[in-house]
Amino acid sequence: MEYEAVIGLEVHVQLLTESKMFCGCSAKFGAEPNTQACPVCLGFPGVLPVLNKRAVEFAIRMALAVEGEIQPFCVFARKSYFYPDLPKGYQISQYELPLCLGGYIEIETDGGKKRVGITRIHLEEDAGKLVHEEAYVEAGTSLFDGNRCGVPLLEIVSEPDIRSPKEAHDYLVRLRQLVMYLGICDGNMEEGSIRCDANVSVRPKGSKELGTKTEVKNMNSFRNVQRALEAEISRQIKILEAGGKIEQETLLWDPEREVVEPMRSKEFAHDYRYFPDPDLVPLYIEKEWIEKVRSELPELPWRRKERFVAELGLPEYDSEVLTSEREIADYFEDVVAFGVPPKAASNWVMGEVLRVLKEEHIGMEAFRERIGPDRLAGLIKLVQAGTISGSIAKKVFEEMRTDPSSPKEIVEKKGLAQISDEAELSRIVEEVLSEHPQEVERYRAGKVQLLGFFVGQVMKKTRGKANPKLVNQLIRDKLG
Amino acid sequence: MELWELSAYELSARIRSGELRAKDLVASVLRRIREVEPLVHAYISLDEEGALRKAEEVDARVARGEEVGVLAGVPVAVKDNICIKGMRTTCASKILENFVSPYDATVVEKLKAADAVFLGKTNLDEFAMGSSTENSYFGPTRNPHDPERVPGGSSGGSAAALAAGEAVLALGSDTGGSIRQPASFCGVVGLKPTYGRVSRYGLVAFASSLDQIGPMAKNVKDTALLLNVISGYDPRDSTSAPVEVPDFTKALDEGIEGIRIGLPREYFAEGLEDEVREKVLEAVDILKGEGAEVVEVSLPHTKYAIATYYIVAPAEASSNLARYDGVKYGFRAEGRDLYEMYCNTRSQGFGEEVKRRIMLGTYTLSAGYYEAYYLKALKVRTLIKQDFEEAFETCDLLATPTSPTVAFRLGEKVADPLTMYLSDVYTVSVNLAGLPGISVPCGSSDGLPVGLQLIGRPFDEETLLRVAHVVERSLKGRSEP
Repeated sequence: MEYEAVIGLEVHVQLLTESKMFCGCSAKFGAEPNTQACPVCLGFPGVLPVLNKRAVEFAIRMALAVEGEIQPFCVFARKSYFYPDLPKGYQISQYELPLCLGGYIEIETDGGKKRVGITRIHLEEDAGKLVHEEAYVEAGTSLFDGNRCGVPLLEIVSEPDIRSPKEAHDYLVRLRQLVMYLGICDGNMEEGSIRCDANVSVRPKGSKELGTKTEVKNMNSFRNVQRALEAEISRQIKILEAGGKIEQETLLWDPEREVVEPMRSKEFAHDYRYFPDPDLVPLYIEKEWIEKVRSELPELPWRRKERFVAELGLPEYDSEVLTSEREIADYFEDVVAFGVPPKAASNWVMGEVLRVLKEEHIGMEAFRERIGPDRLAGLIKLVQAGTISGSIAKKVFEEMRTDPSSPKEIVEKKGLAQISDEAELSRIVEEVLSEHPQEVERYRAGKVQLLGFFVGQVMKKTRGKANPKLVNQLIRDKLG
Repeated sequence: MELWELSAYELSARIRSGELRAKDLVASVLRRIREVEPLVHAYISLDEEGALRKAEEVDARVARGEEVGVLAGVPVAVKDNICIKGMRTTCASKILENFVSPYDATVVEKLKAADAVFLGKTNLDEFAMGSSTENSYFGPTRNPHDPERVPGGSSGGSAAALAAGEAVLALGSDTGGSIRQPASFCGVVGLKPTYGRVSRYGLVAFASSLDQIGPMAKNVKDTALLLNVISGYDPRDSTSAPVEVPDFTKALDEGIEGIRIGLPREYFAEGLEDEVREKVLEAVDILKGEGAEVVEVSLPHTKYAIATYYIVAPAEASSNLARYDGVKYGFRAEGRDLYEMYCNTRSQGFGEEVKRRIMLGTYTLSAGYYEAYYLKALKVRTLIKQDFEEAFETCDLLATPTSPTVAFRLGEKVADPLTMYLSDVYTVSVNLAGLPGISVPCGSSDGLPVGLQLIGRPFDEETLLRVAHVVERSLKGRSEP
């Protein structure tokens, strides 16, 4: 029998606010343990939470971007459970009345565009971290780091609209792209800025009924999500084909061994005893606020992609790559703004620029500081004007990575300007022909493919500076 | 007359003018504490050194002609569930026996800015859960009027300290009557402000939607003075109200001509001691004589108040007290694993009453029971609130007994929690409705004080203080020895 998977994702996005969700501590990642913690986020006796407006604004941005319905008022609730990384014994989250209901994220599938529905989006605070396996932790003990306590999270729950691990992967890629565009998350999965849990079930293809679902946790990269889902789906299918029944349970993905394993029951048999947090008042989000946030929203990636195709005449593929990250698209548009044809700018950004980002593991912001859009535009214009050839331009580009001079200065300094002087090239061509009499004979005997050989020899002599068009023509003339 | 017997407004005026040294006042109160504390046991911690140091600082500044705060040099006792930086905040619990607060409560900051002197932290029922101050890990406080009797609770330490002259002013907290009932039992004045009037930041939470810090004093004017200092919007407390704070001492002498006082029928029914009823009605007569109009009103949902309160308060408490788990601060018991450590810590760290309420609250918030208990209680809470709103259409404030009885004997109700809970039958509705309430002495029965409770409209503490002031003034002439 053929089966299909039914998948819903719960994604936690760590918000890029300066301060934490309910206190003034910095929310930045990577500080020394317990240096970004105060009585409020550590849940000391007598403290009270005060909502960070910025976190709400970020949530509104997300809600608007997925066209969800922002609720006129929402309520923070306490989710109770005991764990040493949870200082208050409860997490402040949202339950019955979340900030946003509905919305969707669109993904590309083989069958065309597909909308994955969003069930809800809500705000909550993160827990702290327990440190077990560090050099400074004694064996058998655990230490507590409160830096992450109270860092704002956005939980985005999807509808069970996802049908394959690939779709789950693509949905996450879209979601990550979106939160980064919106400037609400750094998108860094290794540091836990985006975390994903999945609800998975399988059913005979064509069936309308849902199978028993399991929850898969601990998938901390896009690749892991796909692999864990593949593993869980085939596990479920195997059970069903053997005539067994799926147990509703929570499973952990073990990335080392590439298997999903049940969590011990004690760890998830919770009754969270949600109730509205009496320390916080209901949050009323006024229309004016929503409209203000809407007016400040950046152009969303898919809109931008459409515009690149429609207005700049770029191929779909180029537009997709360029808009994958907001900073890349911004850089590209800045280059174009200096008067460079879009396709030429696109080739350079997609080729050389992205290669450097990958080679050096740097972001666009760092690259921009080294080679600003003005300098790249200058370089491309030198090619367009015929001052240098494409291959020389790549050399100049390499120089520009360490040399802050303008492309023109580098060309002059290094003597890389293209030789388009017909008399000089003519002399060199003759030199080459006289040095290779045998090849000349064979060419004349009909082996025209040797043209490339002669061009290559001229380029060698001119260290690549010869105008290739002119060289071609001169050789043909002299041998013809 | 000894210095410790004088009122705060008189003392602060004399200190600020340089006529009296704060150090002498503090020394007088400390002497008094040494004298009576072995019998009363109002305090959990004392800070003699810190108190004297602050008094000296005030004196030096007065001597230099510098500006000092309105409570300059006045000794204040603080209930030990309110945080003072660098001092222990135990909540009368073993689980916080050695917890030293790293920060000041907002009310403490305000008192510091007013140059008050902190004497120490007063006893209470563990985590403010109780009506007798017997549920304290540090032992009970005794009623200065009769050491065989309880001072009421949970702010029994603060009330007893005032009654015994061990403090000039005191802070209490009131979740279901915890300021008003002990004030009534000890013959002092205690005011529970409107919910949101005083910041809760730094008050160790019992039931967040009901808790309110309030002033306690030996007279109405001192109560108003202390309320002036601690009131006001606090950005650190999302439930604090951005309303203006009047000068509460100003309205005291305006008279009560034409004020309409409602007597809620349900508060004078079965269970009320005759002597208490008599004293309360005598006080109402006095008010009539001063020009007030008295009307009978009804608060029909009163009979559900205790039940509602004992759903809402324990539910919130079960969550608020989840943080005491032995991991970060306070008492920790050993255990073979994490789960056992949690169980041992909380079993050994909390007292019986606290555990009883945590279990109650955990139960009512559990899946399958939430709607039947917690949500239902919230609905009844709304009905109780509406009762008051309707009553305030025909009157300006309500007059009731604070407690159905005078101070009872130590141990009398410990074994029977339900009877103990009924001690708050007249006070809990005020918390459920978020209203201001005051208890002012209105005579005594067999040498034990009786308290009159006045309940007002939201943020109308002025009317309560004004009416209480009239009662106080009128009774002064015929006060008993």
